Amino acid sequence: MNFAPLNTTWFALIGLLWAGYLFLEGFDFGVGVVGPLISRDDTDRRICLNAVGPVWDGNEVWLIVAGGATFAAFPGWYAALFSGFYLVLFLVLLALIVRGVSFEFRNKLTRPGWRRTWDVANFAGNLVPAIVWGAAFTDFAHGVPLSAKGYSGGLLGAVHPIAIFGGLASLALFMFHGSLFLSLKTDGDLMARARAAARVTGAGATALVGGLVAWLVVAGRPPVPGELPGWVPLAIGLASVVAVAVAVVLTSVGRDGWAFVATGTSIVVGVGAIFARMFPAVLPASNPGANGGLLIGTAASLHNTLSVMTIVAAIFTPFVLAYQGWTYWVFRQRLVRPAGDDGPMGIGSVLGGPRAGGPGGGLGARSAGGSGGGLRAASRAVAPGAEGG
Amino acid sequence: MTLTLARWQFAIVTVFHFFFVPVSIGLAFLVATVQTLAYRRHDMTWDRLSRFFGRVFLISMAVGVVTGIVLEFQFGLNWSAYSVFVGNIFGAPLAIEGLLAFFLESTFIGLWVFGRDRLSPRLHLATIWLTSAGTIVSALWILAANAWMQHPVGYRIVHGQAVLTNFWAVLGNSTLWGSFVHTVLGAFSTAGAIVLGISAWRAWRDRDSGDGAAFVTSARFAAAFTVVTVVLTAVAGDAQARLMDTQQPMKMASAEALYDTASGASFSLLTIGTLNGSKPVLQIRVPHVLSLIADLSWNGRVQGIRQVQAAEAAKYGPGSYVPVIWLTYWSFRLMVGAGILLIALGAWGVWLGRRGKLLESRWFRRAALVGIALPFVANTTGWIFTEVGRQPWVVYGVLTTAKGVSSVPAADVAATLAAFVLVYSTLGAIALVLVVRAARQPLEEPEAAAEAAAVPGLVY
Repeated sequence: MNFAPLNTTWFALIGLLWAGYLFLEGFDFGVGVVGPLISRDDTDRRICLNAVGPVWDGNEVWLIVAGGATFAAFPGWYAALFSGFYLVLFLVLLALIVRGVSFEFRNKLTRPGWRRTWDVANFAGNLVPAIVWGAAFTDFAHGVPLSAKGYSGGLLGAVHPIAIFGGLASLALFMFHGSLFLSLKTDGDLMARARAAARVTGAGATALVGGLVAWLVVAGRPPVPGELPGWVPLAIGLASVVAVAVAVVLTSVGRDGWAFVATGTSIVVGVGAIFARMFPAVLPASNPGANGGLLIGTAASLHNTLSVMTIVAAIFTPFVLAYQGWTYWVFRQRLVRPAGDDGPMGIGSVLGGPRAGGPGGGLGARSAGGSGGGLRAASRAVAPGAEGG
Repeated sequence: MTLTLARWQFAIVTVFHFFFVPVSIGLAFLVATVQTLAYRRHDMTWDRLSRFFGRVFLISMAVGVVTGIVLEFQFGLNWSAYSVFVGNIFGAPLAIEGLLAFFLESTFIGLWVFGRDRLSPRLHLATIWLTSAGTIVSALWILAANAWMQHPVGYRIVHGQAVLTNFWAVLGNSTLWGSFVHTVLGAFSTAGAIVLGISAWRAWRDRDSGDGAAFVTSARFAAAFTVVTVVLTAVAGDAQARLMDTQQPMKMASAEALYDTASGASFSLLTIGTLNGSKPVLQIRVPHVLSLIADLSWNGRVQGIRQVQAAEAAKYGPGSYVPVIWLTYWSFRLMVGAGILLIALGAWGVWLGRRGKLLESRWFRRAALVGIALPFVANTTGWIFTEVGRQPWVVYGVLTTAKGVSSVPAADVAATLAAFVLVYSTLGAIALVLVVRAARQPLEEPEAAAEAAAVPGLVY
């Protein structure tokens, strides 16, 4: 329990890394799940993939850094968490593998069957983590079965009703977040469909996130020595619910940019609520007699390691934020179909529909910019307030 | 059982990952170099070449990135006791690698791929150099973690955990700098061999079109690049051997299957018969070479396996401290042999190129194509040697591998192992097919008519 301030700081920083990860990948996941459902042809499908194309890889690094920082700052947490949630983490890793290569592989061949295969892979690769992260964080807030040897719940200890509910809540929230991202990055019919998707998923997300907060309060948990008063995480959790409700209102009045900020706030604040509920445990126990669970002080590295990490993070994080932010600025334009190409009139999504592999090109895509005929240069920024102007 | 399965799992996911890592590190650097030539000289040939090899780079990078995520969590999944023991020291380089390297490479690769028409040529060139820098910085930090396992420094043991006492010692570890130079140069030569093999073949296939001449240029460039980088890799490896001789004498002895301490020790090119210390059936030996490798002197003393075993048993307690000798013996030879063949191949290419006869030698272009396999053999066997040669230790002299494993059910490890094998072999096969496809594409980007209908800015 020495050097408690630095321990607590790193607990908060890891919460921040997860919040950043889920904010950024939240819309990647959402786009990946909603995109195929609102795409009418291969061009729509490609627009959705390319909306996150330049950024998803950098977004994913937030997870790797969160994992590495946990390893360095809290070896006990890293070890207990990932060996405990063994199959759950494996499932996420598998999904992330499949999703990651699907971006690069899909455009390599134009055969419809090939593209449909990677569309399914991309969809599943986004769907699984969107659910599993929510379920896992619900588990962390709710507490997990712990014995002297660590996590003792097996797969079924992680997959139970409240966790499944939490997974659905995160899925809905990410779908809402991703629909709004798509509505900011597209134009025309596709944008209209993205907006419609935002309205549907927004209502669902509000209900599920609200329900999750209520359920966690009702379910309770054995106390962790030194935990925050119950109203603190509850208030933060309610702020997350309010944020998503505000996003619904903003969506309905067409302020998609601000609505996107609101869904992002809901995600970040929601992670904050979960970390507040966990504190000062890194893995709270759901069973009494486990002394509350695995505590920060027990799991943490010593002062030297934490000092080095603090210095390195303080120096380099501003650069990372600056160039990652700059990427969003470079790719702020909407992806717009050329005038005259209104897409097919047919109905039905690409997933399961027979019409993959439409007018999309193969390897030549990279040189297409600038030569495409009749492009409308839409340069409305993905910035709050850009809508409605 | 869990231990064996966990070791297999780590071996398989790491070796597979490291098929792609050197390709990505090397091609990022080569593509950046070629793009710089194109930019400086306003030369369309180099520009087309940089796009062409850029496609191969991206396929490798995609698989390398996704299989890398698995490794970030492999320690927690299967090696939780190890993670708790070393986290104070081992975790920091991993976290720093993410912050300094992964953000850099993954952000700027996105800018490079999607920004070709949106950034100025100068800025676009900068993005590939920053991507390359990211891959190299990544190598530095992950090797800092590995070097600490080979030669732990800057730590003390507190309550059963290794804790950091001196971060600069960890970063200044002599083992780290030896393996960093060796690994990065090895990665460069991997890319050199790939570019050489593809170019030599394409120069001949497209000899009647404009592409052929461009590929002659890249073949000559790659041949010279390969020779230089492999020779430097060998020089760095030689320096590592002398560190190994003092830091991990068992590994040095196991490289030669040298059972008894010898002065002026010879080096066997190959052995037929068993490697258990009894008389082999047939052996071809080069006198004094092992002493030269280990000690840089004609009659230097090299410790034998039996003597090191006795010394380590006295120091660490009873038990066997001998790794799997046939594996270390042969992996070391395959690594060195593949490297020597690659130097010969590159030198042959340089020689033919200078005489303007690259197209005439059928045997050269065949050898160059097959020679693409050489760096992969060397990279893989090199890591197998260095990791197996450290056994039974996971952290040399501090923690045995057996004590590092997680207490997870063997069935879970077996199931995930099977799934990894299945998914990775599929991925590997697809990546290979796509690379071969990319290698057959014409240099000039096809001005596909279909593209006119597509949306500007679409890459995927």
